[in-house]
Amino acid sequence: MSFILSSIGKKVAMSLSAFFLISFLLLHVAINFLSVVSERMYNEASHFMGTNPIIQFVMQPILILGVLFHFTLGFVLEFQNKSARPVKYEMKNNQLNSSWLSRNMIYSGLVILAFLGLHFYDFWIPEIQYKYIEFQDPNRHRYFAELTHKFEDPTRVGFYTVSFILLMMHLLHGFQSAFQSLGVNNKFAPGIKKTAWAFSVAIPLTFVFIALFHHLKH
Amino acid sequence: MNLKLKIWRQKNAATKGKIVNYDINEVSSDMSFLEMLDVLNADLTEKGDEPVSFDHDCREGICGSCSLQINGRPHGPDGGTTTCQLHMRKFKDGDSIVIEPFRAKAFPIVKDLIIDRSAFDRVQHAGAFVSVNTSGNTQDANATPINKGDADNAFDAASCIGCGACVAACKNASAMLFVSAKVSQYALLPQGQVEREKRVTDMISQMDEEGFGACTNTGACEVECPKGISITNIARMNREFIKSNLKS
Repeated sequence: MSFILSSIGKKVAMSLSAFFLISFLLLHVAINFLSVVSERMYNEASHFMGTNPIIQFVMQPILILGVLFHFTLGFVLEFQNKSARPVKYEMKNNQLNSSWLSRNMIYSGLVILAFLGLHFYDFWIPEIQYKYIEFQDPNRHRYFAELTHKFEDPTRVGFYTVSFILLMMHLLHGFQSAFQSLGVNNKFAPGIKKTAWAFSVAIPLTFVFIALFHHLKH
Repeated sequence: MNLKLKIWRQKNAATKGKIVNYDINEVSSDMSFLEMLDVLNADLTEKGDEPVSFDHDCREGICGSCSLQINGRPHGPDGGTTTCQLHMRKFKDGDSIVIEPFRAKAFPIVKDLIIDRSAFDRVQHAGAFVSVNTSGNTQDANATPINKGDADNAFDAASCIGCGACVAACKNASAMLFVSAKVSQYALLPQGQVEREKRVTDMISQMDEEGFGACTNTGACEVECPKGISITNIARMNREFIKSNLKS
């Protein structure tokens, strides 16, 4: 059996794609946070990310592939895992031996997928249309105004908040679990768990803070 | 004490099973869980009914024969024990107890509460062995110095009795804790080095072929394992598997 088709190979692939997406989250939140600090810095960073050919034509497709890969493999694993127990128990007491978060990664993942759909519709598709279909003037000062305009809508801010709380729940199990899947469970494991937990809470809450900040300020 | 039992009854692998209710009275709190089932079976036999079939052998928590999902937990509510070590003092008068077989595609039901765990045997046959010199001058195993930490970890892993509670507890019916215990007990010892790389790939391959699910690191297996096998063994097996594939 080839490595990628084995149960462990699939988990390793899930972990590596998760680390890739987590590193992207870190970059994304750092750039978004600039909008709280300085309008000029946020516009500069967004303009760089939106016009740099390596980011646009190399990193962006890799990121999209990474997202699709992680979700597709997640569904494949979920389907295989469900089929490993075709007859369900009459009585379950799973809450006594494992956390709700660890047992329901597929549901938090599905909400994040729905959020990504909205995010693409909301930000990415208009951006692609602006730059590559309508070939409008690459105005380097438009990004901040667009961001604050989006966060005027309370429904959008509410959905963003719920989605990022679900992302936090997904990360709380997923981040530290990715280390275990890669075989990292040694004397550093308690420190890794704490760091992963802090990251999993801090990153989504920073996204929520940015949305609320602009909603309340503008 | 008087109890209400809800027991999974299934004639054979080909027929559909169902939960059947039984009332059992005057159960002593000193009885073991299996003795309570023995009493039930004696009552059923007296009435001319088919007794409930269940697995058991040593009744000392060593052989790994007894199984049973009791009130939604493998081996029942008591931590670190097998079903045969569970005593009725853990229950109260008037309790309802749901008794089911361990459920997994790889553990088909033979009858009632008896399951076929030969998938575990086949996984072990695939690689859980060591090469030894059988020419007549076999070296005493104790002559090989072994690091104390490795020896302890190997011994802990070797305490797995292969009961299948890890599969029963896992939401994915994954056998990773069992397989990782077997991989670890050999990978940590000098005697296990000859087949080290082949062992892990062959055992994982067989594990997947048997239809067990993949590990999603919920940790339920570790909590329910009657022998306290740690999921650090799963991490070790993952490392062994990755290294083995990188080398090949």
